[in-house]
Amino acid sequence: MRVGIIRFPGSNCDEDAYHAVVDHLGAEAVFCWHKDHDLQGADLVILPGGFSYGDYLRPGAIARFSPIMQEVVAHAQRGGPVLAICNGFQIACEAGLLPGALLRNAHLRFICEQVHLRVESIATRFTSRYHIGQVVRIPVAHGDGRYTADADTLERLEGEGQVVFRYVDAGGHVTEAANPNASQRNIAGIVNAAGNVLGMMPHPERAVDVRIGSADGLPLLHSLADSLLAEVGA
Amino acid sequence: MSQSHVAPRAGDPEITPALIKEHGITPAEYERVVAMLGRTPTFTEVGIVSALWSEHCSYKHSRPLLRTLPTEAPWVLQGPGENAGVIAVKDGIAVAFKVESHNHPSAVEPYQGAATGVGGILRDVFTMGARPIALLNSLRFGPLSSPRVRYLFSGVVKGIGDYGNCVGVPTVGGEVVFDPSYEGNPLVNAMCVGVLREEELIRAVAEGVGNPIIAVGARTGRDGIHGASFASEDLSEENEAKRPRVQVGDPFTEKLLLEASLELIRSGHIVAIQDMGAAGLTSSSAEMAARGDVGVTIDTTKVPVREEGMTPYEILLSESQERMLVVAHKGREEQVREILARWDLEAAVIGEVIAEPVYRVTEGDRVVAEFPGTRLVTDCPVYTIEAKESTALAEARARDPHAVAPHEEEADPIWTLERLLSSPTIASKAWVWRQYDSMVRTSTIVGPGSDAAVIRLRGTDAGVALSIDGNGRYVALDPRVGGRIAVCEAARNVACSGARPRAITNNLNFGNPTRPEVYYQLANAVAGMGEACRTLETPVTGGNVSLYNENPQGAIHPTPTIGMVGVLDSLDHVTPSAFQVEGDAIVLLGDNTAELGASEYLLRLHGLAIGAPPACDPAAERRLIDALLEAIGHGLVRSAHDCSDGGLAVALAESAMMHRDRTMGFQVDLTDWADLPLRALLFGEAQGRVVISTPTPDALLEVAARIGVPARVIGRVTSAAEGVEFVIGAVSARSAIEPLAKAFHDTIPGIMDGGAPAEHAVATSHAPTTD
Repeated sequence: MRVGIIRFPGSNCDEDAYHAVVDHLGAEAVFCWHKDHDLQGADLVILPGGFSYGDYLRPGAIARFSPIMQEVVAHAQRGGPVLAICNGFQIACEAGLLPGALLRNAHLRFICEQVHLRVESIATRFTSRYHIGQVVRIPVAHGDGRYTADADTLERLEGEGQVVFRYVDAGGHVTEAANPNASQRNIAGIVNAAGNVLGMMPHPERAVDVRIGSADGLPLLHSLADSLLAEVGA
Repeated sequence: MSQSHVAPRAGDPEITPALIKEHGITPAEYERVVAMLGRTPTFTEVGIVSALWSEHCSYKHSRPLLRTLPTEAPWVLQGPGENAGVIAVKDGIAVAFKVESHNHPSAVEPYQGAATGVGGILRDVFTMGARPIALLNSLRFGPLSSPRVRYLFSGVVKGIGDYGNCVGVPTVGGEVVFDPSYEGNPLVNAMCVGVLREEELIRAVAEGVGNPIIAVGARTGRDGIHGASFASEDLSEENEAKRPRVQVGDPFTEKLLLEASLELIRSGHIVAIQDMGAAGLTSSSAEMAARGDVGVTIDTTKVPVREEGMTPYEILLSESQERMLVVAHKGREEQVREILARWDLEAAVIGEVIAEPVYRVTEGDRVVAEFPGTRLVTDCPVYTIEAKESTALAEARARDPHAVAPHEEEADPIWTLERLLSSPTIASKAWVWRQYDSMVRTSTIVGPGSDAAVIRLRGTDAGVALSIDGNGRYVALDPRVGGRIAVCEAARNVACSGARPRAITNNLNFGNPTRPEVYYQLANAVAGMGEACRTLETPVTGGNVSLYNENPQGAIHPTPTIGMVGVLDSLDHVTPSAFQVEGDAIVLLGDNTAELGASEYLLRLHGLAIGAPPACDPAAERRLIDALLEAIGHGLVRSAHDCSDGGLAVALAESAMMHRDRTMGFQVDLTDWADLPLRALLFGEAQGRVVISTPTPDALLEVAARIGVPARVIGRVTSAAEGVEFVIGAVSARSAIEPLAKAFHDTIPGIMDGGAPAEHAVATSHAPTTD
């Protein structure tokens, strides 16, 4: 399994994604430069967190036009898996890979802390190693993470099981207090209709070792590895 | 040597005494300049001297004092005088670190002032060849009851967060203190730590005649002109008008510059690199030349600028952010350009290293400034002022804190404890650090809110522990003791996390040093710091001096902030501050005393800054640290938290409830000290004390006894449901956890978000903070 980590100017979780994949999953990882058109044969593409192009216009708004994104979109259209984290989620929404948008946090401040997420679907290639309703601890770190979509889109996401993670309290309850940015319906992560693009504001690559706070992001990486192995086997 | 080819430039102002004064140059200094040049300086030269001889760049009032500080140890790879200090850690891995202030800009424009402070300290670290891995900050403001202070506080925090978050360097710790003395003159000190392999260390020394000098990064604009001089004068009402002197930060460009600079350094194409920080192009080029003992020539028409018509004076003194000055190997200009182009950054050759011993600036063919040799840097005057203690402060120190009548409610120590826990200086700063990305780089083992942050170093099992500390009130009331305490407390914090303190960087925030009372504080605080550093074997590897922190209300408390770096040989020794397991014994390392002077208790409950600060014996602190680290090394310590603001009672309460989601209780019996005044025992700030929880108290006491540190079992950790309980002879006091936890955790969010006015019901007056 080969993981391509996209490097935009201003990406800053690219190294963390690399260490998560290489040190903790034991897979191969390469960096793909934003000016290039080469995914270097990656099976899985990670759009990492950060502030691509400074996010000065709107998070992700410039990054979607970078040369490498044409290849990422083509990879996704071929059914290739894409894991879009934080700024990556914002870019994926801007690029039309995922529905909806990430707005400025309701309290208008950046927020960094461990949050609790409930796994809402395990019928995805990203979450097969979790169990349904499992509560996991994964940190958030963002200023623009308020997931928003129109009513029809939200209904479709819910109906099709595309809501994958929701912000909850430690007991697994959906509450306003547990929602760090006032996302609609406490949505923290979604997949596209085809199920091969996951966007999430929390950082699973930061939750790979209990010494740094949590290892609850590891099953996500292992689920992906499983799904890619199954494809090769098929 | 004739310098007659330097002529006044058409359109530049005439050199008059008024112009010289406006540039902060004294008549005697002006005479020195004329003597050095053998002629009247040009306007451009006046600007250059004004910047380089400002306190901020020249340390002219502090240099003789700073020279007394210890700077050497076997692990010190780079001491003071460079962009940052460097110490060896383990297996060829080293860390570079430095603290710097951005006080004056933040007083005028808090968001950009603080943001660009972070930018500057990042550049100081990565120009050493080190990748930044952690940021910390030390902040001081007036009381939060003032809307202006709330504006400054929230602006500074947002500025720090937005900059560090975007660049992708975690902000992992710091301190925030609220005290009337900082109203109108907040302190914003930022510290950065970077990691490098020892062989990657690069110094900012210009070398090699014929080597090109290259300006890299952002273009030069008119922002921040004379920032260094601005930072070297008192703040006044007119400073609002100096807002344009505050620079504007662009963390995105900084991130590109960081990556490009590290790539450049590793490419071997360059000789030296330095941030164009305070005094911009002028100071970076003059300092690199002075260190290399070579001449340089710079052509201002070659410098990429943002706007048309900038004069040499403006180009030299601009403090536009995110710019670097590079000396490359001759013939490698193209390779340097290629690396920068990859990161969409500009590079322009603007000058070269020359054999002729001059510092020369041209505008095309015309010479607009020329100084002989390196005398521009070396001829700067040094001042020693007659030191004299302020009578008002001596009198304040002489007052007996025990004579202060307690409030009636203080009969219940829990009432007092609750007031202290809700003092914004003591209360949880989670509201602040939640706005900082403390986890990016996935190496933060212990983040904000503990005694020290711990960052792992990838590729080793080692880590560094980082703390930044200071207590201006102690230094005001006794500068020598206060200076010692600042170092010892920072060391204690680092040791509580399991690390051996190794070296410090420091930021000296003081008032106007030309006043004998301020110079007295500066001289004695530095002396006290030196005593502690020598005993603890924590040399000073660099730092920053911020003087003239005054405003119409007077000078700030003299505030040295100490950035301490400690080393953990193994991450197995990382020790948390908070209680962990019900039933563990609570041991007090160190001893309680009757001291109450200069305490947070007196300020918070009685509005007083009086009495002598607690005594500080660096040798005893050294033993305490040795005992603590030996016990931690043997696995005898489950948690360790030092006693500081608010004393023993606050340290116990914090150990029990610093994490809102996992509070514990405790039961302690302090009857052994029943003869001490109760409020001194509970809330006095005697030094050299650490609250430890341990499953093996006997073994811990044995280690302490062998090393000669007083230690006693004072109680045990209980469940949160059991609350807290103090027994002192006949006195006993109990409380549930929740009201105390609420006081600790909800105070700052309540003030900043809840619209609740700052609770100052108990503090009725403020002691004079200066003469």
